[in-house]
Amino acid sequence: MTDFINTPSPAFPWKNLVLRWVLYLLLAIFAVYYMLPLFVMVITSLKSLEEIRTGSLISLPRDITFEAWGAAWTGACSGIKCEGLRPYFWNSVIMAAPAVVISTLIGAINGYAVAQWRFRGANLIFALILFGCFIPFQVVLLPMARLLGLMGLAGSIPGLIMVHVIYGIGFTTLFFRNYYVTIPIELVKAAKVDGASFFRIFFSVFLPLSLPIIVVTVIWQFTQIWNDFLFGVSFSEAGTQPVTVALNNIVNSTTGVKEYNVDMASAIIAALPTLAVYVIAGKYFIRGLTAGSVKG
Amino acid sequence: MISWLEKHMPKIVLAPSFVVSLVFVYGFIGWTAWISLTRSRLLPRYDFHGVIQYERLFESVRWDAAINNLFVFGFLFIVISTILGLILAILLDQKIRTEGVIRTIYLYPMALSLIVTGTAWKWILNPGLGFEAAIRGLGWTTFSFDWLVNPEMAIYTIVIAGVWQASGFVMALFLAGLRSLDQEVIKAAQVDGIPTWRIYTSIIIPSMASVFLSAFVVLAHLAIKSFDLVIALTGGGPGFATDLPATYMYTMAFSRGDLGQAASSAMVMMMIIFAIVVPYLYSELRAKHD
Repeated sequence: MTDFINTPSPAFPWKNLVLRWVLYLLLAIFAVYYMLPLFVMVITSLKSLEEIRTGSLISLPRDITFEAWGAAWTGACSGIKCEGLRPYFWNSVIMAAPAVVISTLIGAINGYAVAQWRFRGANLIFALILFGCFIPFQVVLLPMARLLGLMGLAGSIPGLIMVHVIYGIGFTTLFFRNYYVTIPIELVKAAKVDGASFFRIFFSVFLPLSLPIIVVTVIWQFTQIWNDFLFGVSFSEAGTQPVTVALNNIVNSTTGVKEYNVDMASAIIAALPTLAVYVIAGKYFIRGLTAGSVKG
Repeated sequence: MISWLEKHMPKIVLAPSFVVSLVFVYGFIGWTAWISLTRSRLLPRYDFHGVIQYERLFESVRWDAAINNLFVFGFLFIVISTILGLILAILLDQKIRTEGVIRTIYLYPMALSLIVTGTAWKWILNPGLGFEAAIRGLGWTTFSFDWLVNPEMAIYTIVIAGVWQASGFVMALFLAGLRSLDQEVIKAAQVDGIPTWRIYTSIIIPSMASVFLSAFVVLAHLAIKSFDLVIALTGGGPGFATDLPATYMYTMAFSRGDLGQAASSAMVMMMIIFAIVVPYLYSELRAKHD
C-alpha cells in the first residue's frame, strides 16, 4: 500500500489534515455518483405517478406507496399481456439454476483433467475450449437459432439452458484449471500409487479443496446468465422470456400511460438477485471478475 | 478394459467439451462465415457469391453510422473508464479506513444487468421529468439536457451509462495492480525526497503498463459487444443514431430477415475483436514462457 498522505511532514502538519479532508470529500462525491442511479430508482419506485409528474427526480417521496412494486410484480404490461415480472422472474430462476450447476460441474471436471492429468494435447484442447470465451456471440447466433429449431427447442427454456451451458464451459474450465494448476501434481501421483481412480481422486481429494473456486464460479455463472439479454431475446418466445427481456419489454412498451414508478420497481426486482449475491459474497464476485478479465 | 478406460479417463472426460466447442464455436463460426459469402436473405442459401454481402455492408449508411458510433463510444468509454478507474484506485490506496465499504459502492454497478443500467439512466436522462427537469426546478429554467432524444448527442448517453457501469471494475483492476507493486522502490524514492506526484507519474503509473493493457482489452471487448445497453437506453435511436454493430447485426437477423447482412456484420465484429485480443493473448503467452 502506498502511503503518502499519512507520512508525517513535520514542516506542515496542517497540510496533511487538509489533504486528508480533500481525499475523503472526493471519495464521498464519487460514492454519491455511483449510488445516485440506485437511489433515484428506489425513490421513484415508491412515488405515485402524480408525484413523479409534479415532483423532482431526486426529491424524496411525500407519500410512500408500494403500488408500483405490486404492479411490477404481477400487473405490469409488456405488449398485450399484463402479468408483471413474476412469471419471467421464475423463468430466469429455472433457466439459471440448472445452467449454473451443469456448467460448473463440467468446468470442475475439465479443469481437473487439464491441470492435473497433463496428457499430450491437454493444453491444446484447453486452448481450443478457452477460445470460445473470446468470440462475440453474434457470430453463433444464426446457426444456433436454426439448430434449436431443428432440435425442437426453439423458444424453450431447455434450449436457453443448453446455450448457456455450452458457452459457459470455457469460463468454468478456465476458473477450475487455474485453481487446480496451483495444487502440486504429486498429490495425484501418490493417490494413483495407492490405486485410486480418476474420479475417486477427484471426489475425495480435489472436490473438498475446491470450495472457494466453486463459489467464484457459481457467482460468475449466475451473474452472467441472470443478466444475459442477447441469448434471452434471440432464443425465447412469448411466455419463456427471461426477466431481462421482460423488463426491457415492460419499459419500452408503447401502449398506455408511461408508468415510471413501475419501470423502476421492475428494474430493481430484476436486479435484486445479482445485487444480493454481490452484497453477500462481494469478495468472490470480484475474484471472478478479475480472473475472468484475463480472458477479456 | 477397465485399465484402458482408467488410463484414458482424462481424455474421455474432456472429449464432450472438445466436441461441443468444435461444433458450437468453430463449426458455427464456419457456418456464419459461409453464409456471409452467399446471397442469403430470409432463408440461408449455400451457393457461394463472393464478398457481395461485405460490399453491401460497407455501402450501407446504417452500418457506416454503426461503425462510427462504435469508434466514438469505444474511444470515450475506454479512455474515461480507464482514467476514472485509475484516479479512484489511487484515491482508495491511501489507507482509507472505510475502504471496503467504498469499494463495494464503486463496484456494485458491475453486478447489474445492462438492461437495468439502461433503464435507470433512461429515466434519469428523460428530458421531460428527469435530470433536466430537476435542474430547472432549482430555478435554472433555461437549462437543457436533451441528449437522449438528440440524434447528435444520443451516443454520449451510452458513454455516460457505460462508464458508470464499468469504471468501478477498472478501479478494482488498478487497485490490485497498486497492491502488487514493489514497495521498496517507492519507499526509496520517498526517502530521496521526490515529490509524491512525481513518484506517481514516473514510477507507479509506468510500472502498471500491464494493468493498462488488460483494462484496455476488457473494455474494448465490452464496447464491441455492447448490445443490451443500447437496446435498453435508446433502442438504437433516435432513428439509427445510436446503432452499434451488435444492434445492426441483431436487426438484420431478427427484424429485417437479412441473414447475409447479419452474418457479414457478425464476422466483422469478430475480426475487430480478434484484432485486439489475439496480439494481447500472444504477448501474454510469450511473457509466461520467457
